[in-house]
Amino acid sequence: MTAIEAPATAGAPPGVGRAPAARRRRRGPAASQWAAVGFAAPLLVYLILFYAYPLARNIDLSVHDYTIRAFVQGNAEFVGFEKYVEVFTSSTFPTALWNTAVFTVVSIVFQYAIGLALAVFFRSGFQLSGVLRAMFLVPWLLPLIVSASTWAWMLNSDNGIVNSVLAAFGAEQINWLTSPDTALVSVIIANIWLGIPFNLVILYSGLQNIPGEVYEAASLDGAGPWKQFWSITFPLLRPVSAITILLGLIYTLKVVDVIWIMTTGGPGDASTTFAIWSYREAFGTGQPDFSPAAAVGNLLILIALVFGFLHLQLQRRQEDS
Amino acid sequence: MHHPRRKPTTTLAAVAALSLVGVLSACSSGDPAGGGNDAGGDDSTYTWWDPYPQHDDASDWTGRVQACGEEAGVTIERTAYDTTALTNQALLAAQEGTSPDIILLDNPAVSTLADTGILTTVDELGLDVSGVDENLLAAGVVGGETYGIPIGANTLSLYYNADILKEADVDPASITDWASLTEALGKVTDAGSKGITFAGIGTEEGSFQFLPWFWGAGADLRDLDSQEAVEALELWKGWLDEGYAPNSVINNSQNTVWEEFLTGDFAFAENGTWQVNSAAEADFETGIVQLPARDGGVAQAPTGGEFILAPVQEDTARYDVTRQIVECMTTPEGFVETANTFAYYVPPTADGQAALVEENPDLEPWVEAVRNAKGRTSDDLGTDYPVISEALWTAVQNALSGAATPEEALKTAQTEAETATS
Repeated sequence: MTAIEAPATAGAPPGVGRAPAARRRRRGPAASQWAAVGFAAPLLVYLILFYAYPLARNIDLSVHDYTIRAFVQGNAEFVGFEKYVEVFTSSTFPTALWNTAVFTVVSIVFQYAIGLALAVFFRSGFQLSGVLRAMFLVPWLLPLIVSASTWAWMLNSDNGIVNSVLAAFGAEQINWLTSPDTALVSVIIANIWLGIPFNLVILYSGLQNIPGEVYEAASLDGAGPWKQFWSITFPLLRPVSAITILLGLIYTLKVVDVIWIMTTGGPGDASTTFAIWSYREAFGTGQPDFSPAAAVGNLLILIALVFGFLHLQLQRRQEDS
Repeated sequence: MHHPRRKPTTTLAAVAALSLVGVLSACSSGDPAGGGNDAGGDDSTYTWWDPYPQHDDASDWTGRVQACGEEAGVTIERTAYDTTALTNQALLAAQEGTSPDIILLDNPAVSTLADTGILTTVDELGLDVSGVDENLLAAGVVGGETYGIPIGANTLSLYYNADILKEADVDPASITDWASLTEALGKVTDAGSKGITFAGIGTEEGSFQFLPWFWGAGADLRDLDSQEAVEALELWKGWLDEGYAPNSVINNSQNTVWEEFLTGDFAFAENGTWQVNSAAEADFETGIVQLPARDGGVAQAPTGGEFILAPVQEDTARYDVTRQIVECMTTPEGFVETANTFAYYVPPTADGQAALVEENPDLEPWVEAVRNAKGRTSDDLGTDYPVISEALWTAVQNALSGAATPEEALKTAQTEAETATS
């Protein structure tokens, strides 16, 4: 019905019967709106079921006191922001905040820098560059449990390959995963390695969109590779860089598996980030504590949201200018 | 441009919300009925959950479960989960009102589950638990009520590599207290071998492995920063500092410990009854000594092993058959059969233990270890135990890694545990 009606309205000669057309338009869109609703409904139901509801449930968990008993009997007491206060005043909070910040920032800086360097390197398209590029994707293709366990073995204090190489050069044993000074560094190293392919792929595809003539013109003007990079590649890549860094940020904030497999957030709290903390409260002990876990989880979502909006703001400003 | 767009979105949202309500109510009205069929089943099918996914439908274990069902005149529908998943499943099922008739559950989780009110007591079911060793039954006792029967027990001991000890001229029988153990570690290290490996990982396994030393010093879980507790942690820390134990124990799980021991490099490894078969197949000669207490004698080790539990059912007429199935699993012959099926389970009753030792005299030291063992949730700790345990393993990690001295670490742990349990 809408299909017939729409062309009829569109086909009416301009100026002729403007009044009826206007009237019909008021009714017409109503019907087509319903159709639109009908087509969009499955998607919306999906969005609400799998995105909105879990989010709402997470907030619900965090403002109630869900002990195991309350969880089973469904009569959790409403406690408002008490769980958040507990989280903020916990002795783990400052450590987790610092670790999350360091883990995220250092990971992203290195992932981005190395990813960009490799992308520029592969852009020149030398022989075997395709094969090499494919090999750089391996970290992405491996199941995390495999790569994280492998890193844990390599960094083992007594039998790890890293320490045996260092020992060959006369260095002392470094307790990578079991010393509070190096545990965070170790998981960051593993995470950087895991994140490079993602940055490489996105930045490489961004590079493809920079027309070759620009570089030709630049080299005619006598710009060397270094100058070309800073004056052409980097500025033209800015939108792609922004989205890469934003996505990287969100991925890195929520990393649980790598850290959990390598150190379980330890020793003590030495490599505990917010995501690890939340996971440990909910599933890491004999007694699931869903409420504080949800509170920490919500905190993470908030942090990610803030950066998401920041990105939107930046993008809008870029579009305006 | 923005304004006219907004209208349809609100309509869309409203419609979607309505359809969501439809979907959700369909779910919630469907669940109890569907779930009821699942769990309750008809009168001739009883549901059974256990944490042994390694035993499939063709295994001896399933055969044994089915035999008990047949004896009671019903079929048993068995589902196996891994241990952590089982606790979560049990909680979810309880929330939905779809609990199975019987659950086999890891003992420290029993008090947590009992606390939610979803388990029947042995009195309600009419079971006799007078023959069960008190130290093993304790994990199932909450507030004076008993909520299940252990179907078997395991615990920790100290495995040794006989070849290494012989080379270093150490007599395993001489290890009777902490001092003699540390001395033995010194000897084997001097002889060029590695000393001891254990699990100090930041999970329940870490606490499980530390407890024999903690209790062996005379410390109490309610008092984590006592002098005795500090001494126990200093013992472990001392081994690391002396190089008797590798630094990697801080991240070791019990499986890793065992793999390290099987390399043949280590003189000692702290591990459980479940490795008896593997130890017999090792490339070197192995043996066990009881974990020593500080001043001699056998230290109390924590008990491991599952309880057989009967969750509350709406249809109480089902309890009669459930009781028959449980009784079938817990006769002395039944216990021995279970022990043999798993190769590592020590029966929880004196009759059962006697029968097992008669059949397999090699298990004698393990029976002794289990008799000396202690439930982690005992001493009326119940649901406080998981919280205390988390504080304890964190302290162990902090002390071993050098982030804090044993004394500081345990002091923090005690504060942490006190706030969390009060």
